[in-house]
Amino acid sequence: MTAALGRILILSSLFAASLGAVIAFASAMRRNAQSYSWAKRLAYFYAATIVGANLLMVYALVTNDFSVSYVAQVGSTTVPLWIKVVSLWSSLEGSILFWGGVMGAFVGAALYFTGDRHPDAAPWATGVWLACAAFFSFLIAAPSQPFQTVLQPLTEGPGPNPLLQNHILMAVHPPTLYLGWVGMTIPFGLASAALLTGRFGLDLLRTMRTWLIISWTFLTIAIVLGGWWAYEVLGWGGYWAWDPVENASLLPWLTATAAIHSAIVVERKNSLKSWTATLVLATFVLTILGTFMTRSGVFNSVHSFTQSSIGPTLLVFLAASLLWSVFLIATRIDKIGDERPLGAGASREGMFLVNNLLLVLFTLTVLIGTVFPLIVEATSGKQMSVGRPYFDKMAVPIGIALLLLIGVGPALPWGKATKLQIRKSFATPLITGAVIGVVGFALGLRNPWAVATMFVAGLAAHVTMREMWLPSVQRWRSGNHNVADVVGGQLVRSHRRFGAYLVHAAMIVIIAAVAVSSTMQVSQQIELAKGQSATVGGYQLTFAGHEMINEPHRQAIASRVAISRDGKDLGSLTPRMNYYEMSREPIGSPDVLSGPKQDLYLSVLNADTENQTVALQVYINPMIGWIWICTGLMALGSIIVIIPTRSRRETVTGDEARVLSPSESLKATLALGQEK
Amino acid sequence: MSDVTKKRNRWFALGALAVALVAFGVITAGGIGENLVYYWSPSELQKAGDKAYGATIRLGGMVSTGSIQKVSNTSLEFDVHDAAGKVHVKAQGVPPQMFREGIGVVVEGTMTRAGHFEGKRLMVSHDNKYQAPKDGQHPDVKQLMETTKNME
Repeated sequence: MTAALGRILILSSLFAASLGAVIAFASAMRRNAQSYSWAKRLAYFYAATIVGANLLMVYALVTNDFSVSYVAQVGSTTVPLWIKVVSLWSSLEGSILFWGGVMGAFVGAALYFTGDRHPDAAPWATGVWLACAAFFSFLIAAPSQPFQTVLQPLTEGPGPNPLLQNHILMAVHPPTLYLGWVGMTIPFGLASAALLTGRFGLDLLRTMRTWLIISWTFLTIAIVLGGWWAYEVLGWGGYWAWDPVENASLLPWLTATAAIHSAIVVERKNSLKSWTATLVLATFVLTILGTFMTRSGVFNSVHSFTQSSIGPTLLVFLAASLLWSVFLIATRIDKIGDERPLGAGASREGMFLVNNLLLVLFTLTVLIGTVFPLIVEATSGKQMSVGRPYFDKMAVPIGIALLLLIGVGPALPWGKATKLQIRKSFATPLITGAVIGVVGFALGLRNPWAVATMFVAGLAAHVTMREMWLPSVQRWRSGNHNVADVVGGQLVRSHRRFGAYLVHAAMIVIIAAVAVSSTMQVSQQIELAKGQSATVGGYQLTFAGHEMINEPHRQAIASRVAISRDGKDLGSLTPRMNYYEMSREPIGSPDVLSGPKQDLYLSVLNADTENQTVALQVYINPMIGWIWICTGLMALGSIIVIIPTRSRRETVTGDEARVLSPSESLKATLALGQEK
Repeated sequence: MSDVTKKRNRWFALGALAVALVAFGVITAGGIGENLVYYWSPSELQKAGDKAYGATIRLGGMVSTGSIQKVSNTSLEFDVHDAAGKVHVKAQGVPPQMFREGIGVVVEGTMTRAGHFEGKRLMVSHDNKYQAPKDGQHPDVKQLMETTKNME
């Protein structure tokens, strides 16, 4: 019954999206506003059905309805409620369904908030959104099919993949990633519309940038949460391994970051319009490539790819979106041209250009290293991979150069910088950089790249702080000495500037933390009998014994280790081996004692319950906690950036002096982007 | 700016771009070439000859019965075999919880000229899809490798 209703919802969503796309394109070509209103209705109907199908699946999972094929595949009566809900995206079919649901939410929101603001662009954009939506509904309706009816349902299921049950972060990481990836469809549609209509005005640019920043923020959080999950669950003491799945999420992030920056040049200098549109199209294609890489099984092996039901279909969609993008760029790029030549190299816009080139270079480097083994396996059948040293070797210099730009770009004026200006704006930041570099060296940093990173980070941090508080400092100097008024005034009037520099500041700390944690990690294996102690990096570890833990969905051996440092008791850590019914091998689960200076990280290599001994892998990871904290700051900065400015709000209402309702002001924000 | 200097500038820019692209290509190709990780079975490793010395290899196969010798708490030796070959492995580090005779393992390391495989990391498959072969059968090495491909 539920399964049949689910199938009806999916088929309705497929019907509404395909018909809506056709009508939207037709109305765009004939400029027929009335038929466009039908496309809009179909789009809302699409959003309602696909989101409804997701809610129905969650209902089936929570009520253990094993007559639905997907519930039979991943459901279980014994797992806690949150795992039942999370099971929606724990396996292939469900994750594609969830993908569709996020698409529905984005298309609905984009139409509601920004659809009416751009009468020429909206029909084209709606057509593109619904075409993408139709494709994903097709994936759910035909090759992946989560809503099949199980004729003789069982009363119990296996539960989702144990690795996903192992940590609460699995409830958060996939949805944020999907919000980031699927969200890129909205700027993609708007950029396509700009190319198709040949008009890429400032209003459309700001709308596109706002959606880009929203998706970028989700993607940023998702990438870091993925790293955090790996750190807390996988037990190898790190957070990033240049794994194809990780690279898949990084690639569109890099191009989206480039697009957000080049959009500023469009706004200020009316240049780089077609380049910005190209970056947005590339970002979307890379999200589809990422979906293909993570969802088709192609990275397990080219051989399992053809067994995956959705792999070939996704490949067709990837090719179609790539062709569409190349076609638009090749035929329409001169239509939105109107490029003004950029001025001198030593200027703000010059640095934006270098930033974009470096980000594209970074993208190419990661893309080549990720795809190369696939091509080799497809052509010669030989299995291999590109090792981490390749990515590290390439990413470190590019990363340091980008960090340097965070310091150099904002310190240069638009137009052309004079020698005197350059000398004046870099003198003190260079000193700060040198001081931070020396401090890093004194604290034990020896890797030359890490010391260089510290130097550049110090310089960038100085410039960022100076630029962040510049409006306040100016107001203070002009005679206003009321601190609350000065700072409050800045936050209200130039919050976009403040938010952007907050993102930069957080990024600087993240890069510094990555440099320190990857070069200063202490790693040691120890074996302890019950009551025995060992000292690693100043921590005294005493093995207190194994504890058997019985939970409804798993059993575990927890090895309790008491921690002290300089005679001070720091409590105990209990790294575990978790045993799941459906899994032959136990799954280790590390335990971490986090601090501002460093983390103590323990994972069990071998737990011998008979002889009461334990073999532990001990890591001491300096500064890692700052990565997670600063990602929160980055998200906060992005939210501050997309808050509407007061003056903008007034222009929306025109002369009428009335207060906007929250939904109106949100509409205004999303439609207009931000005032600068 | 006159047309001539404009043209000259354009050629200069194109030339610089071409040089940069070639340099990038060379660096990337070199970087990939130096850092390839080969996925080999014992017989493939033996066939590779000189290529195996110093290269990063993931060796996948079965732990031979009766071959495990514990040298110390953090080092051990064992043989890994498939249908047609056998390689002696010296591995550093505490073996994983499920390490025992007759199971499929993947060892990352390199081949030494002394004739043994120097293992730096020892992995036992965590994948549920991989079924341990019944006694006397040989594992599908490719399938075994796949189960550890995304493990770090």
